[in-house]
Amino acid sequence: MEFGLSQDQKLMQESVRRTLERVAPLERIRRAAGARETVAADIWEALVGLGLPGLIVPEEFGGSALGLLDAALMAEMLGRHVAPVPFLATIVMAPAALIEAGSDSQKETWLPKLASGEIRAGVAVSERASGAREGARITASGGRLNGSAMFAFEAQGADLIIVADEKGALHLVAGKAAGLTLTPLETIDLTRDLSELHFDNVEAEPLAGDSGRALSRMIAAGRIILAADTLGAGDMMIEKAVDYARERKQFGRVIGSFQAVKHLCAEMAAELEPGRALIWYAAHAFDTLPDDASLMAAHAKAHLSEAGRFVARTSTEVHGGMGFTDLLGLHYWFKRIGLDRQLLGGPERLRHEAAVAQGLAAA
Amino acid sequence: MDLSYGPQYEAFRAQVRHFIETHKDQAPRRFGVSRPAPEVLAWQRLLIDNGYAARTIPKEYGGFGAEPDILESRIIAEEFTKAGVPTGLANQGISMFVPTLLELGTPEQKAKWIKPTLRGEIVWCQGYSEPGSGSDLASLQTHAVEDGDDFIINGQKIWTSTAHAADMMFCLVRTEPDKPKHEGISYLIFSMSTPGIEVRPLTTMTGHAEFNEVFFTDVRVPQSQIVAGRGQGWYVANATLKHERGMLGDPNQAGTRFKEIVDLMSRETVDGTRLIDNPVMRDRLMALQARVLAMQFHGLRLLTAAQKGEDPGIARLIVKLQGCEINHQLAALAIDVLGELGVLYGESPHLRAGGVWQHRYMFDLGLIIGGGTAQIQKNIISERGLGMPREPKAAKA
Repeated sequence: MEFGLSQDQKLMQESVRRTLERVAPLERIRRAAGARETVAADIWEALVGLGLPGLIVPEEFGGSALGLLDAALMAEMLGRHVAPVPFLATIVMAPAALIEAGSDSQKETWLPKLASGEIRAGVAVSERASGAREGARITASGGRLNGSAMFAFEAQGADLIIVADEKGALHLVAGKAAGLTLTPLETIDLTRDLSELHFDNVEAEPLAGDSGRALSRMIAAGRIILAADTLGAGDMMIEKAVDYARERKQFGRVIGSFQAVKHLCAEMAAELEPGRALIWYAAHAFDTLPDDASLMAAHAKAHLSEAGRFVARTSTEVHGGMGFTDLLGLHYWFKRIGLDRQLLGGPERLRHEAAVAQGLAAA
Repeated sequence: MDLSYGPQYEAFRAQVRHFIETHKDQAPRRFGVSRPAPEVLAWQRLLIDNGYAARTIPKEYGGFGAEPDILESRIIAEEFTKAGVPTGLANQGISMFVPTLLELGTPEQKAKWIKPTLRGEIVWCQGYSEPGSGSDLASLQTHAVEDGDDFIINGQKIWTSTAHAADMMFCLVRTEPDKPKHEGISYLIFSMSTPGIEVRPLTTMTGHAEFNEVFFTDVRVPQSQIVAGRGQGWYVANATLKHERGMLGDPNQAGTRFKEIVDLMSRETVDGTRLIDNPVMRDRLMALQARVLAMQFHGLRLLTAAQKGEDPGIARLIVKLQGCEINHQLAALAIDVLGELGVLYGESPHLRAGGVWQHRYMFDLGLIIGGGTAQIQKNIISERGLGMPREPKAAKA
């Protein structure tokens, strides 16, 4: 019985943390955000150098064959540094779908290039994970897709997009396919890309295997990654609040010596910290206890969304007026946590799914 | 990550199960309100003899004498909980006084007190808090003055659970009034039948007297009944409190209560609709389930850290605060599920589960306050866990 991280996992997380401290300081984030640059080339290259793109890809396709727990540890670091690089879709969800249900030739075509970081993949599954907005709907017929998908992840500049149709079947679409129109969506979080996709008779190849299972696996994986991203961002917001409260003086003393302020910091830590073990377990379940994975992924994401929201607003309050300004840049973390919460299902929807998964509610 | 216990531990688990299966008929059904009933004492002896209570206490002091093994302890707790069979006694004498004495007592004190305490034959109460010294425990004023070979104690304690039924008290008293407050305290043990001790029950919001006030008037105690020497009491008390906070906020208890609420919501109806089919109530239930699961996995994380001898830092400091809070929220949900039935009390024939949720809703609030209030926990988390500065000392008036 060992419920914790291995030495290798700790070292890997540490090395990504150090790399991000070096290549993704706040000034770099600001520059990327200002330029609407959601794939910061230098940061992406640094992560490719650490082998991140092939994290969960099997060795035979050039990856490291690590688990979702390892991926979650990386996501935590990316959230911690509000890194403007793709990860959720290209490193986790798309490979997860291909590994789960790709044919041999689909795997051979895409996985090695994804693993090396040579190409990137987006996913358009929001309608199946959080419900359709704006009447978004994709129909598939005769190898062609029609309709629209909202809130596609990391689709800008992607060579491959994995798309769920209205029945939950998954399709592989070339990023430059004829008839596909991609419109970037402007969001509060300038470190990640969301797009609206329009399909006008776009050529698509169905994912070969059990699409339903692949879809539920990739959504579970995505939810765990988003929970981990929030954990990392939340950790950083607590650290920043504590540091600020130890420096800032009012009434002749540092504000961190006022219980009104330090109790807020204690509450943030107490709310967020148990989420770490919940994410570890959910990711471990994804890797080794698949029957438990969807339930735990839903709980992990719903729980971290709530704890994350509390930390995001509380840390901002501890920073006082400065927290509200652009000068400190604290809002990048606030917005990252805000985005994480809504993607792939908000807490209420996820809790309903958790109840359904346990037979406590009708689907 | 490896959530399997491995063959050696699974063999141990099989042994535990076998024991429970063959002996569960002897498990007590009546516990005794303040002193253990005879069948509880018999059960406790059986558990000790077989290593399922006092497992790691040395044999010479009446324990089972096994090497400490966190996983074995966990397996025992898991299996007893699963079977719905009571584990060994967990009173303040066993959970707090015995570990303290093992760490700091003299050989004579250990030989005299540990064995009968473990067997439930001697019941202890804890004399720490005073009316004027709650969170600021070190300011306590009950004093002991030297008189020949004895101390003469005067003062008052409060929040003393089981004092009315206890044989003995472990007690903090001020013996060195001229020293700074933390250095002037001693830890004394004495019989509750010593002349000059008066116990008055303290009725709480639950309507029951779960605590007492204890008054000392010229209580004479031999100086030899001190643990760890004069002025060492604060240090001894901290050793004890560490054991107490470990007892509060147990996430597995929350897991059991969560299941009880699922059952309750699946049974209770309003206008013919089950509460589990009410989406608002179900949403609250699921939100709490995530919190309970998080704390259970958090507990496993701490277990692994303890096993490896690692300091889990802030992760350990949040357990009492979060655990007690979640228990109270569980009780609050159950009360809301019950609605008007949830305000019935006492002997009402419409009570569900004997009114246990009504009792928990109030008693668990007491646990948020007791054993270091939530506010004191937040001081500890922020100061020791996050490295934030202490409150500056108030200027002397």
